[in-house]
Amino acid sequence: MVLGVSFASRGLYGGVEWIATIGNYSRLADPLVGVIFLRSLIFASMTTIVCAIVGFPLAYMVARASPRWQLIWLTLVMIPFWTNFLVRTYAWTVILRVDGLVNTFLQSIGMQEEPISLLFTDFAVAIGLMYGYLPFMVLPLIVAIERISPQLEEAAYDLYASMGATFRHVVVPLSKPGFIAGGILVFIPSLGAFITPYLLGGGQKMMIGTLIQQEFLVSRDWPFGSALSLGLMGTVLILWVLLSRSSFGKQVQ
Amino acid sequence: MSPIVELKDVVKTHGQVVAVDKVSLSIGTGEFFFILGPSGSGKSTLLRLIAGLETLDSGTIAIQQHVVNSDPPHTRPVNMVFQQYALFPHMTVFDNIAFGLKMRQQEKNDIQEAVERMAVLVRLEGKMERFPTELSGGEQQRVALARALVNRPVVLLLDEPLAALDQQLRQEMQAELKRVQQEVNATFICVTHQQDEALMLSDRIGVMHGGKILQVGTPKEIYDQPLSSTVAKFIGLSNTVLGTIIRMENDVCWVKPDHFPVLMARCPADLHHGQAMVMIRPEHVHISIDEPTHTYENSLPAVVHHVGFHGHEVFYQCRLGNESLWTVRVPIRESHATALTVGQTLYLQWAAHHSFALSH
Repeated sequence: MVLGVSFASRGLYGGVEWIATIGNYSRLADPLVGVIFLRSLIFASMTTIVCAIVGFPLAYMVARASPRWQLIWLTLVMIPFWTNFLVRTYAWTVILRVDGLVNTFLQSIGMQEEPISLLFTDFAVAIGLMYGYLPFMVLPLIVAIERISPQLEEAAYDLYASMGATFRHVVVPLSKPGFIAGGILVFIPSLGAFITPYLLGGGQKMMIGTLIQQEFLVSRDWPFGSALSLGLMGTVLILWVLLSRSSFGKQVQ
Repeated sequence: MSPIVELKDVVKTHGQVVAVDKVSLSIGTGEFFFILGPSGSGKSTLLRLIAGLETLDSGTIAIQQHVVNSDPPHTRPVNMVFQQYALFPHMTVFDNIAFGLKMRQQEKNDIQEAVERMAVLVRLEGKMERFPTELSGGEQQRVALARALVNRPVVLLLDEPLAALDQQLRQEMQAELKRVQQEVNATFICVTHQQDEALMLSDRIGVMHGGKILQVGTPKEIYDQPLSSTVAKFIGLSNTVLGTIIRMENDVCWVKPDHFPVLMARCPADLHHGQAMVMIRPEHVHISIDEPTHTYENSLPAVVHHVGFHGHEVFYQCRLGNESLWTVRVPIRESHATALTVGQTLYLQWAAHHSFALSH
């Protein structure tokens, strides 16, 4: 259906006129769209990398905890999921805005005279994305780390590896399946995210997700919106193929 | 032999459980030492304490006269062969063996040379580029051995090294282990619950039970002169009969069981008067169908309970009165002369110097 609509034309007042055209796709080549695509890719990659860096120690701690603590940690990881994603993202505006928690705190300890603007910045979007998708990274990593026998770590220590070297040479490489699964689970939704950039970025910097949403709901240009969606899917697909062809993907199999 | 590893009053508790209870041991340079005990006896914990994978509660552990109590594992001159080998699955055989040398920042050429030398020693030439999952159990075992030995450890620790192999491979690897140990001339400390392994390979054995070392000695000493009934029961099969000591003279004693004639046996000098358990290995028991002959000092009447054919020998289980079942092993070529059937009455006989009395 989306495929069909993407080849149709926009009606005068929004609807879909069934006149075949590839005009929607040629509009994808617009430099403005390119910039938005690129920005989304950068944000998604950053989110994925930060999630991996923050998520790994967390996942390791949970995976190696006693069963009792494991349950407690897992519950803590899952609790935010009980509220709506929109509400959770909105909560960040309370924390980040000019008279929000961060600024109030910084002012109260005298570190900052003037409030700093945190909300509606790239930083806010990055934090929001990372917060929203961190569990998708942590959960596959926990599964992957649990599968690594603690005896392998002991063997590394016994063979003169320090703790850092043990992580670098043994635990991290063996957690690769977790990184890949988590990476995909974080990268794809954060590429298409639209609520977070809209609420925390103030919609100033267009992302691909917000653009698609606008084409559908605001501009009511369904055909172009469809073309954009398929463009996004195509991009993900190409990245997927590149990943699985690389040595990185091969080692996992 | 100067001691290379010395343990003094080592204690380790896991929560409420005392895993290692005041163990003192001294292991000499170049020795192949076995710690033998049933599962849960604390033998693996003892090995992990020496490796530094666990920290002791009290006592001292010294390696080459240096106290290493709180040293982390990567600073100790010992290496370990783990029970399930713990090979790194994402590395080739070469990288597995080279791991320790790489961690110590050795020269690339030196690493190459050392790993190749190890490959020859454990007969893994041509398998260097394989991954552990592509190897058989025996080959994985060799990689684990090479990975530890390549670092030229002062002491090699082996945790049930052959437990994961099937019977046939185990026997092959036993010979292999002994050969490697003699070739590298290093001190090996091996933990096992397989008594045949310990008896066959070791220079000395420490028998461990309930966190304590009960006896240390050569395989022959442990087998022929166990100091306690626990040791005697754990090593080899033994037949037992309870009785009261009626007389002691030097290292010989006379014991009177309740319903049987007096028995004569060797005994430790510090044996206490009172109840004693007389033990005798199955291979030293002789069967006589007629009245007891006087070739042997001891004789007990019994009834055949079960006949078990084991190929090279026949196992007879005989019941003594209403009491214990005894096992008698008769080589197959002698068994024809005494072809016994279940229910038959006979006499079990043995020489006094083949049996020993232990306090009960």
